[in-house]
Amino acid sequence: MKYGRIPQLAMTTGLATLVLLFGYFQCPAQYTPTSGPGSALSIPQAQLIQPEALNRLLQAKESDKPLLLQVGSHLLFDEAHIPGSVYAGAGSQPSGLQQLQSTVATFSKKKAIVLYCGCCPWNRCPNLGPAFKQLQDLGFTNVKALYLADNLGTDWVAKGYPVEQTQ
Amino acid sequence: MPTIWAPIGSPRAIRLNKPNSGAIARKATQGLRGRQMPPFAVFRFALAVLFLAACSTAGEAQSAFAAKSLVHKLAPQFVRPDLDNKRLDLKAYRGKVVLLNFWATWCVPCQVEMPSFVVWQRRYGPRGLQIIGISMDDDPALAREAYRKLKLNYPVAMGDVKLGDLYGGVLGLPMTFLIDRHGKIRAEFQGETDLNRIEKQVQLLVSTIEAPRSVDYRSTRAQPGTAR
Repeated sequence: MKYGRIPQLAMTTGLATLVLLFGYFQCPAQYTPTSGPGSALSIPQAQLIQPEALNRLLQAKESDKPLLLQVGSHLLFDEAHIPGSVYAGAGSQPSGLQQLQSTVATFSKKKAIVLYCGCCPWNRCPNLGPAFKQLQDLGFTNVKALYLADNLGTDWVAKGYPVEQTQ
Repeated sequence: MPTIWAPIGSPRAIRLNKPNSGAIARKATQGLRGRQMPPFAVFRFALAVLFLAACSTAGEAQSAFAAKSLVHKLAPQFVRPDLDNKRLDLKAYRGKVVLLNFWATWCVPCQVEMPSFVVWQRRYGPRGLQIIGISMDDDPALAREAYRKLKLNYPVAMGDVKLGDLYGGVLGLPMTFLIDRHGKIRAEFQGETDLNRIEKQVQLLVSTIEAPRSVDYRSTRAQPGTAR
């Protein structure tokens, strides 16, 4: 039995090598973009929330749920958004920041707020950085941004997290 | 009543993510051992699986949307006015290679790509390439301004939820579909993509100058996944 494992080991090793080679040839060289001013990269790491953590948070009782605000494209919001979230204007535009200010006007400065966009890759998002700064400037102390590495489709919808469409 | 969307990831991928997937894998392996599989049968099976997987991803659809990918399907038909108020009918481009690009003025990677599309339209247009832009901007005025500033030499129409749904959910930009002369989607590029890779695929398709077969675009409506 002891020696019977050798062919198995060889097969496993061969299979692993094949899988690695397959992965290598399937993954093209990464195109590394640079960040622009006011991009989502300006948000401190500590203020980011991962999709899995937000999904857990959304299972909590109503009073513990954060105010969830989409600060990107209205059309993309209509196509798909996280249930319970509110469209609060595109953070990249002055009119959008105005809308954001109006949306949060009645809330306590301690209110837990989660901003999200997912329009484009994280380091290219023009909306989250300005929206986050706007809330900080308004004195909100418990604001987080949902980290979506590529976009809402890839990092939220495709992972099976809940989503709904505006009717 | 909001529509709850089904998860786009493949059921197979979801199953592997479950915590007990290790146990499932162990049981499967035990089953194989118990049946005294011939030598290297597992290895040959894995090779076949990998080959099939490689074939299925040949359309360049590498995102998590791949499971819902429209690659190898007929491009969903649409008709709408372009920014010059001319009729833009996808069917009218049958016989040409179409690069259908969803973009927006707020999308930085889109702005990076579009000057290359202008060059490609000039370079490959005489060989049968037609680029079509779909702006996902909320405000058509912004799209018109970009259209002028970027001197786009191909038609652009405004997108909406219906068109986004038709193309599998345009939930992140840029998103580009490469459609062959028969109206079939041959590749799908999502997010920032190396432009050389797209251009190579364009070159490959425009070099194919066979006469198009008759394609019934109406049949796309009946295909699952084209409209939700």
